[in-house]
Amino acid sequence: MADANLRVVWIYPDLLSTYGDQGNVLVVERRARQRGLEVQRMDVRSDQQLPTSGDIYLIGGGEDRPQRLAAERLYRDGGLNRAVANGAIVFSVCAGYQILGHEFVNDQGARQAGLGLLDVTSTRGTDQRCVGDVLGDMDSRLGLPQLTGFENHQGITHLGPTARPLAQVRLGQGNGTGDGTEGAWNDTVFGTYMHGPVLARNPQIADVLLKLALDVNALPNVDDRWYEALRGERITAATQPG
Amino acid sequence: MAGNVEPLSPRAKLAVTAGRAAAAVSRVAGRGSGSVIGGKVALRLDPDLLARLARHLDVVLVSATNGKTTTTRLIAEALRANGGVVSNALGANMPAGITSALAGGSESQYGVIEVDEKYLAGVAVDVAPKAIALLNLSRDQLDRAGETRMLAEKWREGLSGSKAIIIANADDPLVVWAASGSPNVVWVAAGQEWKDDAWSCPSCGGVMQRPGDDWFCAECGFRRPTPSWALSGDHVLDPNGTAWPIHLQLPGRANKANATSSAAVAAAFGVSPQVALERMYSVAAVAGRYDVVSYQGRDIRLLLAKNPAGWLETFSLIDPPPGPVILAVNARGADGTDTSWLWDVDFSRLAGHPIALIGDRRLDLAVRLEVAGVDFQVYESAEEAVRMCPPGRIEAIANYTSFQDLRRVVGN
Ligand SMILES: [Zn+2]
Repeated sequence: MADANLRVVWIYPDLLSTYGDQGNVLVVERRARQRGLEVQRMDVRSDQQLPTSGDIYLIGGGEDRPQRLAAERLYRDGGLNRAVANGAIVFSVCAGYQILGHEFVNDQGARQAGLGLLDVTSTRGTDQRCVGDVLGDMDSRLGLPQLTGFENHQGITHLGPTARPLAQVRLGQGNGTGDGTEGAWNDTVFGTYMHGPVLARNPQIADVLLKLALDVNALPNVDDRWYEALRGERITAATQPG
Repeated sequence: MAGNVEPLSPRAKLAVTAGRAAAAVSRVAGRGSGSVIGGKVALRLDPDLLARLARHLDVVLVSATNGKTTTTRLIAEALRANGGVVSNALGANMPAGITSALAGGSESQYGVIEVDEKYLAGVAVDVAPKAIALLNLSRDQLDRAGETRMLAEKWREGLSGSKAIIIANADDPLVVWAASGSPNVVWVAAGQEWKDDAWSCPSCGGVMQRPGDDWFCAECGFRRPTPSWALSGDHVLDPNGTAWPIHLQLPGRANKANATSSAAVAAAFGVSPQVALERMYSVAAVAGRYDVVSYQGRDIRLLLAKNPAGWLETFSLIDPPPGPVILAVNARGADGTDTSWLWDVDFSRLAGHPIALIGDRRLDLAVRLEVAGVDFQVYESAEEAVRMCPPGRIEAIANYTSFQDLRRVVGN
């Protein structure tokens, strides 16, 4: 594994990098390097062609107009769908999560086609924005500890039959459907409403992405002391409001 | 002196008096300076009070994500060359605080007013300013402030009918978008290190091209206007191309930019760049910011940075390694409760400094620095962090409420 090369693609930082989600890229990069991998990080702007040879693609949250523009450009580009067909792993947050689904409601109130990489459909909530710390139980198939994150969105995302919820929330809104589901995944494509950034709060999810991309069952341990300290603090803070 | 040409109506006078009484009660009750509560009471008694108070003044409004408090101070010092100035110098920058500040300045000629970004359009309608300085716009408190581009759009709509001279930063595409709908703009090349909120054209959504200091949108032709004023190194270039030296006690590139915009504002009121810049030298610290405090045998410089753009500018002004740096971050109401923005700050720039982390959210900082590959220590308190630093100079960078906490600890 020492000379393996991992290509990490950060999709459209010019449009969808508003809520600190580039932290997810930094965490994936860092944890891969700590395992002795060589990492090639590619930041691809929305006027550039998306490479299809990436191993892990990340896409973040953004404002409503940039979301529409990003979806239009990704749809036209077609590269992400080809990359997924080639076996790439995708991790998406908030606006990026909605774009990966079949459809979402854009800043002009119109239904806009997504990439169809996740079996989800998003609409816009009419209630107040969901803002605050979230606590949840991860999908048991992932075998991961509790989910902690920070949500800040107004979206509602319904899951179709081939998408599994990433987590079931104990505190917070998640997908906003009222059934407590949060996020979605289908073996290689992941979506979540969690910021924080979510991979800094849940480095175990970053390791899942690495394992899938490298096709390995286990990774060498790294020093998770500070991540664990932060997780403990945020989980306690979420359960003891005030 | 312009003074009160037209006396306040009895209703407005009552409102001012009631506001002062409320402020006094608030002060006695230990709830701060009382300026906001006083203004609230006064505005409730007379909703038009702000407009009426401003009618007697030549008003300058200052708004931005970063630097508005400092720039307000610099402009106020410059305009005092010509006459009395009333100003909300302590940063109470929403309508109630502004009303309260103006109520204290009935004998003044100028009102130099810092305005919160969200309230600028409304206040600009109320007070009919002579000039408006727009410095920069960038992401700040995304859990509640809303979208940065939408803010620029609101400015643009609100200012399109304004008769004011708009003094605007030509290097910030969002500010240019906000100002360029106005008929009377003075462009200032004030620079903007932070670029990550303006890669997308605010006009058409195209990808912005940014060769060197220039910027333009290849799709719709929206581009950087030609500035008439510029910051050039340690000098202000005026519209004639004359270079005036900047001498500030305040550190950093961002404050030179603030001085440049302030000189352009002062010139609009007939104060020459030379006089304006000389007067700006008297500003040493602004509400504790940039103060150097002796504490436990160390000299601690207090630096406030509230958002990624602010942290970036602050990193560029601190002493080079090996001086120690204390970083303090809270996420209380006034800070915004989301700490994700820490990941938009490039902490690798602090490599080589001994770094101490404090504040409510020191563990968020710890993970951030761990991932950046920068060494750090985490401490329970500011006292402990300072004790662990060697004697000498310490740079302390803090966001809003942690800055206030720090000031209390070091006795500033
Ligand atoms: Zn354009």
